[in-house]
Amino acid sequence: MLELDHVSKIYKVGTFGGKELHAVRDVSFSIQDGEVVSLIGESGSGKSTIGKMVLRLISISDGSITIDGEDISKIETKESKEYYRKVQGVFQDPYSSYNPIFKADRIFHIIHDEFYPDVDKHTWDDKVNNALQDVGLNPEHVLGKFPHQLSGGQLQRFLIARALLLDIKLLVADEIISMLDASVRIDVLNLLADLKTRGLSVLFITHDLSLANYISESAIILYRGCILERGSTEKIFDNPLHPYTQMLISAVPRLDQKWATKVKLDSEAAHLGVPTGCVYYDRCPYAFEKCKVHPEIIEVSTDHHVACWKVSDSQEK
Amino acid sequence: MSLQIENLSVYYQTLKGDVHALEDITLDVKLGEIMGLAGESGCGKTTLCQSLIYLNPPMKYMTGRVMLNGNELPIWDAEKMNQHRFRDISIIPQYAMNALNPIRKIGPMIRDLLTSKKVDYKDRLPELKHRLDVVNLPHDVLGMYPFELSGGMKQRMVMVLSTLLDPTLLIADEITSALDVASQKAVSELLVKFLDEGCCKSAIFITHDISILYQIANTITVMYAGYLAEKASTETIIHSPRHPYTKLLIASLPKIGVKYSEKHLKGIPGHPPLLLNPPIGCRFRDRCPLAFEKCTEVPPFVEIEKDHFIACWREGSHA
Repeated sequence: MLELDHVSKIYKVGTFGGKELHAVRDVSFSIQDGEVVSLIGESGSGKSTIGKMVLRLISISDGSITIDGEDISKIETKESKEYYRKVQGVFQDPYSSYNPIFKADRIFHIIHDEFYPDVDKHTWDDKVNNALQDVGLNPEHVLGKFPHQLSGGQLQRFLIARALLLDIKLLVADEIISMLDASVRIDVLNLLADLKTRGLSVLFITHDLSLANYISESAIILYRGCILERGSTEKIFDNPLHPYTQMLISAVPRLDQKWATKVKLDSEAAHLGVPTGCVYYDRCPYAFEKCKVHPEIIEVSTDHHVACWKVSDSQEK
Repeated sequence: MSLQIENLSVYYQTLKGDVHALEDITLDVKLGEIMGLAGESGCGKTTLCQSLIYLNPPMKYMTGRVMLNGNELPIWDAEKMNQHRFRDISIIPQYAMNALNPIRKIGPMIRDLLTSKKVDYKDRLPELKHRLDVVNLPHDVLGMYPFELSGGMKQRMVMVLSTLLDPTLLIADEITSALDVASQKAVSELLVKFLDEGCCKSAIFITHDISILYQIANTITVMYAGYLAEKASTETIIHSPRHPYTKLLIASLPKIGVKYSEKHLKGIPGHPPLLLNPPIGCRFRDRCPLAFEKCTEVPPFVEIEKDHFIACWREGSHA
């Protein structure tokens, strides 16, 4: 249903916009109905930029994004309301998604006024109550309160309920659980997984691989805007092939084993210009001569793609 | 023994009455120890550390005393605490990325800070440069403004700054929460390195993510709604926790390799109680699967095994 075809995003940076920052480079993937796809990467990997492009919050520099065959960059501003009936986003910080002066349920009234002005108030209230129950909240406890009176988990579920009222097809979930407490986190995750069974597609953006593994079928590993590895979550987690993926998985704090290797940090120089070789070259422990040429992404087994010379060389042998 | 806290209670004054944020906290941190402090948001972990460093209104000191290296800290007196802050006890705040003065170059800002503590900047400069090397920052940052640094660099700069006078106790408040997994790991490892190099003598590491504590902490203290729930060595807390809250907290963590389609993890049902008019007795009672009549009394924080403290009637009583 959602398809990204060679999408790139270039930001103009520097004093007079003279420099270019390639936030996303030549990214292609698709999401089917009822599928959860995780976008995984460090900060600065371009994962949120992709989410914002899908939500039409920023323009696309190159390539195209289509939903049910419709190019989203061609949608006129006037018609964009129809688009947002289908696609909605929920973001990292639930507190900043609300206006603190108004009660939290104002977000439902806005949806009512803007999208369903014909529905009478009584029917609408029932609908809101149902949506809240769907996300595991008791309407009596949460309605009529101000944002500061609700917890982060409740506010985050409010936002999901708001998206559900619109009967959406695709939810862009950008780091929605990283601000939440460990104990509430898992409830919100379970909620997303339940929605999947109703045919909702989710683009799940995260830096935490254990969470991605928990709910998604496919995963995409991003680094500096390039896809390094993609495929079914199972294959990536059981058999991570790209050195970057291996590093990420080993950095996940876990309760059954301690960190063994030291992590090598990004040099943090702004990643300007177009790199000629592999984007991970500077940090890769296995980098060799060939890595100065950009590796193409190849299929190593069914539904498992990797862009790494070391892997593709060993495949040929 | 570096830090000893005895029966510390701190409340917040509000128009509606006192919020009982910290109740009867007794714990100690040994030299060379990293103590992990875990709990949900609003359980009082930040309040505990804030009261050690800057107890300002609406926080209100109620009872208890705090000893550092055998000397009592005058935590109720914000003025007197000045001679201890930064020198004996220091903090890497939650907002570390925004902690630097935006209109001052970093070097001069550090000089101002040191001068206010009557330390000569030039004397300290070689050590400062050495520590910049430790955290992998170029020496040029001293001549830069904070906005010229990325978020991660600013955080490491603040880590260097906070530990510049070799404090006895360093408090790291949620310093990994906003970072991605690779940086989380790097920052946690830096903290361990600081301790090894003697940049600080002991540390309290606050986080809501127990799995990070397992990697770096020596002991873990779990707080719930203003009370200590359980304290023990890291191994004990992770592998054989006794308090029902600790058990639920650990069970709710998603583990790598677990999938929703195979196994549904559960969160902890219910919410922490409001601490304005808190419930009588054990504050975890409403959410506790094991609660019984006795839980209407406050359970004492007792040692059930060596170095394993717990506040629960079910577990603590028969010890």
